[in-house]
Amino acid sequence: MYGIDFNKLRFLVCDDNAHMRRILRTLLHSFGAREVYEAEDGATALEMYTHYVPDIVIVDWAMPIFDGIELTQMIRQPDSKGNPFAPIIMLTGHSEKRRVTVARDAGVTEFLAKPISAKGLYQRILNVVVSPRPFIKTKNYFGPDRRRNTSNAYIGPERRGTREPDVIQQPSLLDKARAPG
Amino acid sequence: MQKEDCSELAIQAFADHHVITPPNRLRNAVRLVDEKNVEDPIARAEKALAGLSDEFSKWMAIERDRLVVAHAAILKNGFTPATRDELFRAAHDIKGDAATFGYPFAAAGAESLCRIIEHAPALDRVPAELIAYHINAIQAIVREHATPGTEAMAMEINRKLRLVADEYLATVNRDRPEHLEAVLAPSIAPTE
Repeated sequence: MYGIDFNKLRFLVCDDNAHMRRILRTLLHSFGAREVYEAEDGATALEMYTHYVPDIVIVDWAMPIFDGIELTQMIRQPDSKGNPFAPIIMLTGHSEKRRVTVARDAGVTEFLAKPISAKGLYQRILNVVVSPRPFIKTKNYFGPDRRRNTSNAYIGPERRGTREPDVIQQPSLLDKARAPG
Repeated sequence: MQKEDCSELAIQAFADHHVITPPNRLRNAVRLVDEKNVEDPIARAEKALAGLSDEFSKWMAIERDRLVVAHAAILKNGFTPATRDELFRAAHDIKGDAATFGYPFAAAGAESLCRIIEHAPALDRVPAELIAYHINAIQAIVREHATPGTEAMAMEINRKLRLVADEYLATVNRDRPEHLEAVLAPSIAPTE
């Protein structure tokens, strides 16, 4: 089986609720993480993102100054000085379809609805570390590929202007490791 | 991790989009482990979370008090952007955190309140009793949490609150299809 050396990962946790930050810190430390930075609002989080260059960002939606969606949009600037590719896990009490879509379209990598569970958080981190998705850049979107699966049965309009296979999937590390030889 | 060097990015250009594959710098953190000889990280985390549980009732009381203060500010000053945001944030935090703290019925009451704040077209026209009933219910659920046999009552209170709230929201949003759809739609977000 595959495990993660959490002590090789640097986390940034952005949540305005001190209790939730404490819970997240406890979970991440018990997974083995040593470097966990915390911000209680979007502006501080962006500053810390630039300063500490975290490997994974865990962000709440509702925060003062600017929220988790705005923070995600600021990180996902392809020409920014910082790293626009960092995985962003949105952990939020919002769970409506419209909210999930908005988060996805802002460039969030994974979505996890509260109440938090150790299993749910671990699984999201495993996903972004072991099976990263390629990024898509269009006129109005920059972020992880929103198509998690390809369907040969799809008959709707093509939003991307090509009939060729339009995403060349890099084999994930998991697939590579499973491949014989 | 550092800013990606553009020369390390695999970029494929199409007519109206690019597919960019950055190098996976996180792969250094992946390792093969022997299932038999490794301590389950999830079990370890759950144990650590259980170690925090002594704090949960105190945290829940703090969250409840914050909600009560936010409601009092609205009774005193009415709905302003600031008072509305604070009431929503307080209710939203209870919706998200209370189940983790062991108060799932408080979370359900807070969720109903959040829906009212989010989807009512004019909060100052929401019957004050509807909001007050939610605040009172959440307080009572937290207060009586340790009392044996109160779960059924908490469930019934939440059921009725949600019923009344949803009926109200369906009525006031009958000409606002996007809100009506959101009110009627089930949650799709996975929690695991």
